[in-house]
Amino acid sequence: MADDRGSRLALRSRQATPSLIALVLILVSQLPLGITQVGLVMPPLALMAVFFWGIYRPDLLPLAAAFAIGLFQDLLTGGPPGLFAAVYVAVRAVMAQQRRSFVGRAFAIEWFGFGVVALTVTFASWAVTSAYFGRLLQPGLFLTQGLLSIALYPVLNWTMVRLRRAVSHI
Amino acid sequence: MRGQKNNATRLALPLWHLAQRFAPALFIGAAFAIMLFGRFDPATVERVRLVVTDVAAPILDAASQPLAAVNRGVDNVQAWLTLHDELDRLRDENERLRQWQAAARRLEAENASLRGLLNVRSDQPPSFISARVIADAGVPFVRTVLVNAGHRDGIRRGQAVMNADGLLGRVVEVGERSARILLLTDLNSRVPVTNLNSGLRGVLAGDNRERPQLAFLPNQMQVAVGDRIVTSGHGGVLPQGLPVGVVSGVDGVIRVQLLANSDQLEFVRIVRYDLPRLAPAGQEPAVND
Repeated sequence: MADDRGSRLALRSRQATPSLIALVLILVSQLPLGITQVGLVMPPLALMAVFFWGIYRPDLLPLAAAFAIGLFQDLLTGGPPGLFAAVYVAVRAVMAQQRRSFVGRAFAIEWFGFGVVALTVTFASWAVTSAYFGRLLQPGLFLTQGLLSIALYPVLNWTMVRLRRAVSHI
Repeated sequence: MRGQKNNATRLALPLWHLAQRFAPALFIGAAFAIMLFGRFDPATVERVRLVVTDVAAPILDAASQPLAAVNRGVDNVQAWLTLHDELDRLRDENERLRQWQAAARRLEAENASLRGLLNVRSDQPPSFISARVIADAGVPFVRTVLVNAGHRDGIRRGQAVMNADGLLGRVVEVGERSARILLLTDLNSRVPVTNLNSGLRGVLAGDNRERPQLAFLPNQMQVAVGDRIVTSGHGGVLPQGLPVGVVSGVDGVIRVQLLANSDQLEFVRIVRYDLPRLAPAGQEPAVND
């Protein structure tokens, strides 16, 4: 009985890992790090989690979870509500479909894939936000954000690869 | 019985497959529906937003404290490295300020005697609530910060937010234990201001750039680089005379260099200022600072 409960708990925590990682990343990206001081903007860190788990364990990150994570981010950052909900659902759906092109391949291919996704998301968020606020926003900061997230991806990937191993051992 | 079940499966299965297939489109459609809804009914979205921020506030509050300690450590090291220059600068400044202090004392006495002659009823002096910045939406489209004080601490929508140097922005959303500050640089920030040098009024309009614009001046010719800008107190939003910035460029668009640097904020002061005619007796929030 206790064993049963234990294994159920293990299963639950395994199922929740990707979503929890994404939530933690959203909170981290909100902390006052003072990076605006050097002219930078925080990249959407949770995008990396959605991309990664979309490829390796889409079963642990259902579309509804991607949607909820995105909406949480939108509400917390004060951006257009629904923007990142749409972005994360789209990224999760596309990655789950294209996972064969990434699983078991070199990291460079995955990184390149993330680059394409990040730049697409950058452009889409710039266009949607401009439409939402009814003003053409400076594209420069969005581009900085996109490039910074590409630069940070290997670090987050390194962490999540280890977490994925831990999850599959539970 | 068995036939019924089969019928149901036969009907439900294709529907389930259809839903599965179009699930991404449905979710994305829902997201855009929320966005449209937020555009037309911002009040409801704001209420939901406040619940989310209030839930996240204690976590962000706890997580931002070690970060602030690290930042303070770095600042300390920097201060040690520039100790000598800083000392010289402060000595100069102190000397200048002493002269200003004498001038201010003279003016204060003069003001008091003139007020006495005219029987002027002055505004209540504002009081302050200190709060810590716990989140900083480092996103390219909004310039807001979250602080760890809210309605229960006496924070109300519209109050001015300052640091030691000058005005930072104003409170736009108030949760129970957190509040969102719209910085002067944000796209949606509009603050009525006065040019101290010419006495002309205008509006300080943010556009997500570092230095906001000075707009709607009656006569653009009467602005010069170096003019000091303070809040005008018009519209009953902010108290009058809070220091804002200095005009830094006048060709084409007039831009204002803000006195308060919002890049690395730790503590801010929220100005409690109740306009006498807008706060009916008995409804004023209790002062608890």
